[in-house]
Amino acid sequence: MTRIKFDDQFFESENDETVLHTLLRNNQQVPYGCKAGACQCCLMRSLENTPSEKSQVGLKDTQQKQNYFLPCICIPENDMTIELPNTGATWLESEVIEKKPLSENVIFLKLKSKEPLAFFAGQFVNLKNEAGVIRSYSIANIPNSTHELEFHIRILPNGQFSRFVADELEIGMLLSVSHAQGSCHYVEGKSEQSLLLVGTGTGLAPLYGIIRDALENHNHIGKIHLFHGSRDASGLYFEDKLREMEKNHSNFHYTPCLSGEVKSRKYTKGRANQIALEKFIKLDRWRVYLCGQPDMVLQTKKMAYMQGASLKEIYTDAFLS
Amino acid sequence: MSDTLNTENATLFEQLGGEGAVDVAVDIFYRKVLADHRINRFFDGVDMEKQAAKQKAFLTMAFGGPANYTGKDMRDGHAKLVKMGLDDSHFDAVMENLKATLAELGVAQNLIDQVDALAETTRADVLGK
Repeated sequence: MTRIKFDDQFFESENDETVLHTLLRNNQQVPYGCKAGACQCCLMRSLENTPSEKSQVGLKDTQQKQNYFLPCICIPENDMTIELPNTGATWLESEVIEKKPLSENVIFLKLKSKEPLAFFAGQFVNLKNEAGVIRSYSIANIPNSTHELEFHIRILPNGQFSRFVADELEIGMLLSVSHAQGSCHYVEGKSEQSLLLVGTGTGLAPLYGIIRDALENHNHIGKIHLFHGSRDASGLYFEDKLREMEKNHSNFHYTPCLSGEVKSRKYTKGRANQIALEKFIKLDRWRVYLCGQPDMVLQTKKMAYMQGASLKEIYTDAFLS
Repeated sequence: MSDTLNTENATLFEQLGGEGAVDVAVDIFYRKVLADHRINRFFDGVDMEKQAAKQKAFLTMAFGGPANYTGKDMRDGHAKLVKMGLDDSHFDAVMENLKATLAELGVAQNLIDQVDALAETTRADVLGK
């Protein structure tokens, strides 16, 4: 007899029934579809044990690593504590320890969490200010022992949170940080794979974390190609850092792209996603990361798939960048 | 005689290579569909993972494998597309892509015919007839 803990309640499994069946039998409102492990509508996360391999069939390896599983094909072997995706509601207090402009409308923000916060480079958290305004931001650094988190905040003209960051937030003030979410992050074990990363605007933030994670923590030896897109050169706010990284790592290649006027030969003219897809026509066995404007992400995902990348190896994070 | 027939039916999925074969076929098939200008507008703006998962369920069924979708699911799932103008010509185009996928994978003609016949059974439900 195994027990399932869900939404602070315990449910007992009957012989050989799936986790989904146990929940539905007990009138729990959870999403589901095919009941055969195909549609992934019922995706959930196991909080204590690693779910059986069989119940993770077809999931992205980043999801598998975070103990996501499909309750409709999971017959529990042990007691399980489970939750729906993105429902964790704990907030950690963190202090602003650095704030500086990266460009005309991008601010670099560094927070120090009072408690350890587990994350994979490339994931995002929700930030909440005292007024209760909540926005999602990608983490731009790699996990560290000092619990520091870095962000690239795009200042939007009428952005409630970003205007607050620009105009009111000061060193020493506190923000609440949610647990890290999202499956757009590096996964170890395939260090020879070629990586293609395309980001527009502050879509660079998660990519920068992923690249550093690959190079510094996982000794990635496959090629890493980053295409960063902006309208004008001021939006290529990490050019110096990335050129430095290029010097230090022979397998890392940085292509800054400008969709507007190009005055210097240092930059490639055109949209970052188009340039990347034209340069690499065959993406079989590549791992692809796409972050930034939703339209760009959607379009590029489709093209990357049609050019041979597997859907399971295309990781995306779409936001106003 | 009927026993032999049942055995053959039961093994179509195995003859095709089971779930592994479906996984390989889905990628080829879905890429063909997305590149096909006659039908790709019906796939705009949908979540690609979910769409690929549905394609997999469809191919599993057409390959004679375990399937849990009912005629009603097929009907409900395509009702919006029928309103957008989905008709026999589009269904034919999908069937064409399916057969081209199998041919590309080197599947024997008699098996392709069986898959064709199974997929064809969904036509009325898909088109809401």
